[in-house]
Amino acid sequence: MSRPLDHHDSKPPADGVIQPALDFRGWLRWFWRQLTSMRTALLLLLLLAIAAVPGSLVPQRSSDPNGVTQYFTDNPELAPALDSIQAFDVYSSAWFSSIYLLLFISLIGCVIPRTRHHLQALRAKPPKTPARLSRLAGFTTRNAPAGTDAAAAVESAQHLLKSKGYRVALFDAGPEPSVSAERGYLRETGNLVFHLALVGILITVGFGSGYGFSGQRVLVEGQSFVNTLLAYDSFNPGRFFNDESLDPYKLTLDSFDVEYETQNLSAYGQPVDYIAGVTVTERERSAQSDEVKVNAPLRAGGTDIFLLGNGYAPTITVKDPDGTIVFTDSIPFLPQDSNLTSLGVVKVPDGLAEQLGMIGFLYPTQAEAKSGAYFSSYPDLAYPLLTLNVFSGDLGLDKGVPTSVYALTTDNMTQLTGGTTGSKSLELKPGETQQLPNGLGTVTFEDADPGAKSGDFSGSVLRFASFDINRDPAQGWVLLFSVFVLLGLLTSLFVPRRRVWVRAARRVDGSIRLEYAGLARGDDPALEAAVADLADRHSAAFTLPITSTEKPKSHGGQSNESQ
Amino acid sequence: MNLNDLSILSLYSAMGVYMLAFIAFSIDLARRSSAVDAAPAAAQFAATAGNPTSTESGGTRTLTRISAGIANDAAMPYGRSASLRVGVSLTGLAWALHLVATVLRGIAAERVPWANMYEFAMIGTLLIMTVFLTALTRADLRFLGTFVTGLVLILLGIAALRYYVEIAPLPPALQSVWLVIHVFVASLGTGYFALGFALSAVQLIQFRRERLVAEHRPTRLRFLATLPSSATLENLAYRSNIIGFVLWTFTLIAGSVWAEQAWGRYWGWDTKEVWTFIIWVIYAGYIHARATRGWRGSRSAWLSIIGFSAVLFNFGIVNVFFTGLHSYSGL
Repeated sequence: MSRPLDHHDSKPPADGVIQPALDFRGWLRWFWRQLTSMRTALLLLLLLAIAAVPGSLVPQRSSDPNGVTQYFTDNPELAPALDSIQAFDVYSSAWFSSIYLLLFISLIGCVIPRTRHHLQALRAKPPKTPARLSRLAGFTTRNAPAGTDAAAAVESAQHLLKSKGYRVALFDAGPEPSVSAERGYLRETGNLVFHLALVGILITVGFGSGYGFSGQRVLVEGQSFVNTLLAYDSFNPGRFFNDESLDPYKLTLDSFDVEYETQNLSAYGQPVDYIAGVTVTERERSAQSDEVKVNAPLRAGGTDIFLLGNGYAPTITVKDPDGTIVFTDSIPFLPQDSNLTSLGVVKVPDGLAEQLGMIGFLYPTQAEAKSGAYFSSYPDLAYPLLTLNVFSGDLGLDKGVPTSVYALTTDNMTQLTGGTTGSKSLELKPGETQQLPNGLGTVTFEDADPGAKSGDFSGSVLRFASFDINRDPAQGWVLLFSVFVLLGLLTSLFVPRRRVWVRAARRVDGSIRLEYAGLARGDDPALEAAVADLADRHSAAFTLPITSTEKPKSHGGQSNESQ
Repeated sequence: MNLNDLSILSLYSAMGVYMLAFIAFSIDLARRSSAVDAAPAAAQFAATAGNPTSTESGGTRTLTRISAGIANDAAMPYGRSASLRVGVSLTGLAWALHLVATVLRGIAAERVPWANMYEFAMIGTLLIMTVFLTALTRADLRFLGTFVTGLVLILLGIAALRYYVEIAPLPPALQSVWLVIHVFVASLGTGYFALGFALSAVQLIQFRRERLVAEHRPTRLRFLATLPSSATLENLAYRSNIIGFVLWTFTLIAGSVWAEQAWGRYWGWDTKEVWTFIIWVIYAGYIHARATRGWRGSRSAWLSIIGFSAVLFNFGIVNVFFTGLHSYSGL
């Protein structure tokens, strides 16, 4: 059986057949037939569509891990219940996976016998001409002039059909010779290629995620990174990923430039371009200058380097009361809004009388609201200001519990400035130094471009860029199979598969009447036009006026061959 | 008055003319009903008797030219109607204004006019109308005029009132040749799905009428007698939907290539990716349903309707209310 039993073009089952009792193998066969039936495939497809919905309603760990954390905070009772049914990992969940795996098994079970059948059909001759062509689609007739040789007429039809890409079989025995022709085998080929390419996509996607990796790394202007496991801020390897496959090239962020819209007032300050100027040094090669942009990744050392985010990284120096530097670093501050009000945390664990933590806000272009609150009115550095809320006490770093560099746990700390303390937050412009409360020392907001003219802050704060560094060894294959999916789809939906017959029938008076008819195999809107065109061309070869003796009747099959 | 103001003026004019076309098409439907009422009942039944009012709705006809097929196929062939021709002419005029509005917006923005919700809606409805008008040259689908102009009017109304944003330059994430290809092909696919949706909806009510006629029971919506049979409508819907499906497949692939370039992975189950996938699977199911015994006819028509509802949801709801990487609504 080439097609599932419930395919529209398969013979309907006879009613009232008494099924024989099934043994174990019989049941297996029955189960397999059910699994590979059209109805099951359809059901699984619809189930797959429904099963994919919840993943768009609930944040997913794979695409939005922070969203999941937030969801747990917001819905403390619902979240664990949802988690127990894998609602935060829908697309790798047992239920989603079993649907698509069953679907693919069903698909393979359907495609293999059809491939076998199609290979046979490709070698087979077109079937014998039906006895009564008048019952078929586009039936039309033409009068052959007196003295026409029936065999020659059919032979010329055979040549004509062959030249149009039909596979032909001549049935010239007997008084009424005919030619049977079939075309459009590519339709079924395309159908099979489409489904097999889907299997190819599934396998290569799995392979790519197993052997690939993705990692993230933040670099401040001037910093470098060497492609090794430890150098990543976060790293997600595939199941079969091998660390030794990392090529230790060096990546330096030389500069990060942002271009802002300044002409269009309704989009004033919108970023128009981000350019990360980098230097890549691969093993045994000289350093190469290059750039990474959004939509323009850099390919180096077998990895792809993508620019995902950016922001400001103010350089902050803390000195003890004697003037000894106890801390100096450029800290990436996370952007909070489109004008880049940025939030960052400074932790000074050693060197002062107490451990020190600071929560800082950077306003690239500081402005003051009526309420007195500060905000940033423009994302570039026109009038930068850094405010610091200072805390002293226990940073919680000594317990060996990993903590986020972007968050300050203030449970065991005392706030010294800002908030409800009564003393204002420390406010610094680039290059300025302020005393820390309680005589702890001083803090300096370093000017990254001290040589600039007074009032020009454009280079006063360094920027950082966050890079995604990925490798997916199979993605080229995924693309290749996707192209096959598209090509297979196009041929399976738009190449018409049809049979056409031409017969030289003999009238009682001995004259010859040429009969033409066709049969659609699958959706074929142009069948009747094709038969009429064939009749016209073929009969024109006999140079006789075209006279249709009988009106064409509207008939024909109509079906699809999708799976 | 700058180019963008001209674009807005042109779009509002287009909406006004679409409204007039909608009225003309509605008058035509009313006239069809009264024409059916006026015809003697005997003639109606005679006409339906020759028509394959297939209760199982498995198409058993192959049409040479669709237009010829439709003219022959209606239970009550319906001739010329002034309001119908006025409706089509007005739709053509409105379409031209709509096109001018879209092109002017593109010139004013110095980029393709599809980078935010307002512009997506404008190009999407323009393509729905383009697909409809193109289909008219091949088949007499003028009876869908009310439906299509109505749908486009609603969508444009929402776009103009709720989605309008001033022209803004492309953010870095959208600066790619794939914006031109991916979004345009997705919009064009939407146009074909919209036509398939309209045909499937008419198919369902036509099928109901055919069943009532076969059971010699009274029917409502008399104008349906002048429309093609449900089997023909099903075939037409199928042809529109498979073109949409091919375009949607291309949209998925092109989107993945772009996602790989912009975000470093070709597929990440972002909300918009999820919904694009869901739509693809629904239409894949639709095509399978057409080849499954017992699922042809009304059941597959429902899948076509669900599919297009998902397309509208993906555009109107996911773009605006769901968080994800495709947050380019500009709102």
